[in-house]
Amino acid sequence: MSSKEEYEKLEEGDKRLKRINDAIKLKKPDRVPILLMNHFFPAKYYGITNEDAFYDLDKWLNANDRFIEEFKPDLYFPPNAPVFAPGKVNEMLDMQQVKWPGHGVAFNKSFQFVEDEYMSQEEYDLFIDDPSDFVFRKYLPRIFNNLDGFKMLPPLKTFMLGYTGASIISAFANPKVIESFEKFLEAAKKSAEWNNAYNEFHKKQLEKGYHAFNGATALAPFDVISDMLRGMKGSMLDMFRCPEKIIAAEDKILPCMIKVTIQNAKMSNNPRVFIPLHRGADGFMSNEQFEKFYWPYLKKLILALIDENLIPCPLFEGKYDQRLEYLQELPKGKVLGIFDKSDIFKVKEKLGDIMCIAGDMPASLLKVGPKEKIEKYTKKLINKVGKDGGFIMSSNTVLDDVEPELLKKWVEYTKEYGKY
Amino acid sequence: MRNGLIDNIVNLEEEEALNRVEELLAEDKSVMDIMGDCRKAMKKVGDKFERKEYFIPQLIMAAEIMNQITEMTEEKFDKNQKGSKLGKIVIGTVEGDIHDIGKSVVDFNLDVNGFEVIDIGEDISSDKFIQEIQKHNPDIVGLSCLLTVAFDSMKEIIDDVQKANLREGIKIIIGGAPIDDEICEYVGADGWAEDAVKAVDLAKNMIEGC
Repeated sequence: MSSKEEYEKLEEGDKRLKRINDAIKLKKPDRVPILLMNHFFPAKYYGITNEDAFYDLDKWLNANDRFIEEFKPDLYFPPNAPVFAPGKVNEMLDMQQVKWPGHGVAFNKSFQFVEDEYMSQEEYDLFIDDPSDFVFRKYLPRIFNNLDGFKMLPPLKTFMLGYTGASIISAFANPKVIESFEKFLEAAKKSAEWNNAYNEFHKKQLEKGYHAFNGATALAPFDVISDMLRGMKGSMLDMFRCPEKIIAAEDKILPCMIKVTIQNAKMSNNPRVFIPLHRGADGFMSNEQFEKFYWPYLKKLILALIDENLIPCPLFEGKYDQRLEYLQELPKGKVLGIFDKSDIFKVKEKLGDIMCIAGDMPASLLKVGPKEKIEKYTKKLINKVGKDGGFIMSSNTVLDDVEPELLKKWVEYTKEYGKY
Repeated sequence: MRNGLIDNIVNLEEEEALNRVEELLAEDKSVMDIMGDCRKAMKKVGDKFERKEYFIPQLIMAAEIMNQITEMTEEKFDKNQKGSKLGKIVIGTVEGDIHDIGKSVVDFNLDVNGFEVIDIGEDISSDKFIQEIQKHNPDIVGLSCLLTVAFDSMKEIIDDVQKANLREGIKIIIGGAPIDDEICEYVGADGWAEDAVKAVDLAKNMIEGC
């Protein structure tokens, strides 16, 4: 156990970090840390719209800065999570895969993902043969209308012919290809502008003693197929019609995901890797299917990140009550698991000595209250799930729509009752 | 022979099921009988889902087989010969939310359990809900969502239905990942269900209470 004196010697910022790290190591910090999944909340609270968040970098970062100062969370949700790409970039590329505030959804709503079959069942072999080529020449033109010209490019591996194949470069002179590349470069510059500002933002927060929840984000290989490529219906029919293709595709995705994530995490200087999980939840497949299609690849991803001294932070969206035994296979004190609708007390019983547990506070309760109920439930979480450490207070989902006064109360209660 | 088709569907043997239907059609079996078997099979699939032997992928696969059979038999099928229904439900994902997966699973389960389901789509405003209620005169209206931002849309829709004097005589039920007792009370719905199985029980209870 960490002694109180150890904490007393530290500056506020280091205290926050130690609190988080102690909880992740399943130890008792000075008090229960709090992770706020602020998401779009700062926009609404400081009087800008969600559409502004996508278009006005200064306003958006300012709102987040004020939020962090006012609520002082031990971990804040990075502003680049909800605003993953600026609205202008989406416009330049004519983004099809997401509707964003003011563009397909109302100006004050969250962005939303447009799921579709962006890859057909017949295309598995193309993907498996060369994923990079597939995503560049086939997938990008489908999710970004203005990259349509990429469809006309020859297979990129043709360049392996070296100088003897140099004439292939002429394919890039096609006016449609040129147009797509021009849009691409324009979008790249705009995107870099925002990314640099985000990096500066995190650096500034760190100087002020505040820590971003995550640097990199990773996806479970099955979710890449189900969310991004084949869609839910497609991927689920594939489980029956061509299970071997799913497996072969996941074999390709896993090493890419591991490499990309490690690189992104190192670049961000933040060891925590967010892994939002979608199709592995109870109900979305049987345990047998989970064992075959989902878990082996998710587990390997998590273990590979741990090997690099990173901290995988899976968000177990939905319920995982039927899957807790699988999660027991993970190494102790290396993972921060955020739970949504699982029975959190059961989670503590089964996984309390495996992973640091976070989540569960219903965003609905923070929306409708009353504060007495929030107080009672906060105490219950602290006393039961927070017992002996290894617990981080957080909500079951993002805080987009909660009542500010209730949110403040919840943070206060956590800091007050959470002392060990 | 006939039981073969039911088993093929229940066991999700796509090719075998479709071949069987082709054989039955070639033998000039009545489409009503074939569809009767299909309904029995789908009920069994629904029961397996309820017992947590089947999950969403199995439901999707079964529905896919059913869709293909319906296409194969459509020409010969007399639509007026549908069986009587337990009740009529208008269902949609509320304004500000474009998600449809949960709703589709609920549609499926209500349908195989004998409800007439009218799915009016996603991102549906209160005006559109009101129009559809006036058009179909349902027993139940189902509001679906995935995102927490939908709470206020749900509340607004229910308030507007009330203002349009349509609230009486219909039951409004809600569902979706972030829904719980608090939200049900907040938006003023008659009930909520946690999953597609409980949605059927809820709808049945609502019909009894009508």
